[in-house]
Amino acid sequence: MNQVNKQIKHPLDDLLRTDRIPHIWCPGCGIGTAFSSCLTALKSSGIDLKKTVMISGIGCTGRGAGYVKLDSYHTTHGRAIPFATGMKLANPELNIVVFSGDGDLFAIGGNHFIHAARRNVDLTVVCVNNFNYGMTGGQVAATTPYGIKTTTTTKGNSETPFNLPLLAYASGATYVARWTILHARDLTESIEEALLKRGFSFIEVLSPCPVNYGRRNKVSALDTLKLYQEKTIIKNRVHPMELDIDFERGVILGKFVDEEKPTFMDRYDKIYRPMEPMEEEQAL
Amino acid sequence: MRQAVLTGEHFITGDVACAEGALAAGCLFFGGYPITPATEITEHISSQLPEVGGTFIQMEDEIAALAAVIGSSCAGVKAMTATSGPGFSLMMENIGLAICTETPCVIVNVQRSGPSTGLPTQGAQGDMMQARWGSHGHYEIIVLSPSSPQEIFYQTITAFNLSEIYRLPVIIMTDEMIGHLSERVIIPKARAIKTVSRPRPKGRKDRFKPFKPGPNGVAPMAIAGEGYNIHVTGLTHDERGYPDMTVEGQDEMMSRLTGKVRQNLDDIISTEAYRLDDADIVIVSYGVSARTSLAAVDEARKQGIKAGLLRLITVWPFPEAQIRRLAKRVKGFFTVELNLGQIHLEVQRCVAGIVPTFLIGHPGGTIMPPERVVETLRARAKIT
Ligand code: SF4
Repeated sequence: MNQVNKQIKHPLDDLLRTDRIPHIWCPGCGIGTAFSSCLTALKSSGIDLKKTVMISGIGCTGRGAGYVKLDSYHTTHGRAIPFATGMKLANPELNIVVFSGDGDLFAIGGNHFIHAARRNVDLTVVCVNNFNYGMTGGQVAATTPYGIKTTTTTKGNSETPFNLPLLAYASGATYVARWTILHARDLTESIEEALLKRGFSFIEVLSPCPVNYGRRNKVSALDTLKLYQEKTIIKNRVHPMELDIDFERGVILGKFVDEEKPTFMDRYDKIYRPMEPMEEEQAL
Repeated sequence: MRQAVLTGEHFITGDVACAEGALAAGCLFFGGYPITPATEITEHISSQLPEVGGTFIQMEDEIAALAAVIGSSCAGVKAMTATSGPGFSLMMENIGLAICTETPCVIVNVQRSGPSTGLPTQGAQGDMMQARWGSHGHYEIIVLSPSSPQEIFYQTITAFNLSEIYRLPVIIMTDEMIGHLSERVIIPKARAIKTVSRPRPKGRKDRFKPFKPGPNGVAPMAIAGEGYNIHVTGLTHDERGYPDMTVEGQDEMMSRLTGKVRQNLDDIISTEAYRLDDADIVIVSYGVSARTSLAAVDEARKQGIKAGLLRLITVWPFPEAQIRRLAKRVKGFFTVELNLGQIHLEVQRCVAGIVPTFLIGHPGGTIMPPERVVETLRARAKIT
C-alpha cells in the first residue's frame, strides 16, 4: 500500500517543496486553494520558471513562499512589495509574484502597495483576503467588515474596511481583479493573465479563515463557500467604486481593470538611459 | 556613459565622496529617501547611477528603501542606502532581515543630533549603540566610521567589500560634519581599487544548501533567477534555508551568523594609532571626533602630557583585544565622542578597571573643541 502511495504524484508536485509538507494551514482554510491556483497559473502561463520568484510578507498567506519550489523570499511584515520592487529593478528579467495576506499588504504594508501601483512596477500581487489577522489569532484588519467580531473588536468592528480593487485602481494598477477560492478556475485564469501582463497587477482572492474569523462570527468554512456561491455576481469591467464587500447585497467578482501603461522601468530607461535604444537603432 | 571610478583630484563633500565610493565599489542599486544631512548622497548617486548602468529609486520611506536594497541584493547587485537618525530608526527591522538572510548591503548613517527630530542640520555621534544593537535579537554587525571625505570614499569601498565577503549589512557611521565637509579627495585609477564580490555557489543545483557555510564561515550566495530554487526567510532556518523552530535550530543558526564575524576579527577590525607608542594617556575616538582629537594630542604633548590617539576605523566589532593590550601599559583612557557615553562604556568594559577611564562627550550640535579635550586631560592627569 505504501509503495502505491509513494507513486501518486500531485500534478503540482514539481512546483512544491514536498519535503516541507504538511503545511501549517488549518483544515478548511482557503489559502491552500488560492496557492494551488497560483501554482497552476505559474505552470500554464508558460513563463520561464527559472526566472520566476515568489515573495511573501508575514502571516498565514505569507507562508506561501516557503512551500513553492522556486526562488522564494519570506520577508518582513508588510515589506514584500518594496523588497520585490528592488529585486525587479535590479533584474527586470525576473517574473515576480507577491503572494501575501490582507493584513500584510494593506495595513502595515498599505503605503508600499499604493506606491508600487502608482509607479507601475511590473509585479503580480496576489492578496488572499480573509478579513482578519489569522496567524496571530484573529484580530481586526483593514479589511474586516463593519460589525464583525474579532479578538480586538469583541463587540464588533466599528471601522470601515478598504475596498481593495478601488484602492488598486485609484493608485494606478494596470490589472485589477477579484475572485473567491470557490472560483478556482477563474482565479487561475486571472493569475495567469496577470503574470503575462506587463505592469502592476493586483488580484484579490476572498478566502475563508474558519478557525479565527469564522468561529467568532459563527460561520463555518462551508457557510462561507455557500456565500461565495450564492451571494456573488460576476460583472467584468464594473467601476471599482461598486466593489464594496457586502454579502447581504451581493459581492461583485471579475476583472475590472486591464490597461496598457509604461512600467517604471520603461520610463526610467527612457529618461535616464536614452542612449541605449539609440545605439541599438544605429546598429540596425 | 561615465566610468564608475571617477579618477582624478576633486574638491567634494563627504557625502559626494561617499556616493563616488559606492560607484567605484560597483554599486548598481540605490534605494533612497531624502533626509538631512544625508540627502546629498542620495541626490548625487541618483544622477550618476544610471550613467554607469545602475538604477536609482526614491522609495516612499526608509523602511521601503532598505527593503528594496535587500531585494536588489538578492537579485545579485551591490546595493546601498543612506540616511540619518529618524530614517535609521525606521530601517532597524530590515537590518535584522539582512542579517538573518545574510544579504550583503551597505547602509550609511550621516548622524545628526537626536533623539527624535533633534537638530536636523547639526551633527552628533549618538547612534553608535543603535548601529550595534538597534535591530532586535543578538547579532554581529560591521560598522565603520570615517574621519574625512577622502576616507569616506575608501571606507565605502571597504564597506561593500566586507559586506560581500561576509554576507551581512555593513554600516558606515559618519556624521553631519564629515558629510558636509568639502575637501580634496583623490580618486585613483580603477585598477588600483580592489573590489570584491560575494562567494557564489558551484556544483549541482539540486543539492545546494544555501546556508551551508564555506571555510571562512560564510555560505556561497545563490541569487534569484539562477535556478537554485532557494528559499530565503527571516524565520530561524537551517542550512537548507527551511524554517527550523527548535531551540537547537536557533542555536545553530546564531552560531553561524555570529561566528562568521567573531572568527574573522583580525580581517575585519582596523584601527589607526597616532603617537601611541610611548603614550601614557590614550584617547579613543572615531569619526569627526577623532579628527579634532589629533590637535588635542599634539597640544597635550606640548604641555607635557604623553597622550596618543587610538582611532577606531572599525567601531563594531569592537577592537577589544587592542584596548585590553593597551590597558596593561598606559595610565588612563579618555573616550572622545559626540554623545553622552556610548563607546566610552565599551572602552570601560574592556579596560575592566585596570586603569581609569573617562568620557569627554557632549550631546551633539557641534564638534568637540580640542581645547576642551586638553583641559580635561590636564584636570585628570593627576588622577591617572
Ligand atoms: S488561522 Fe485562518 S487564515 Fe490562518 S491558516 Fe488557519 S484558517 Fe487559514
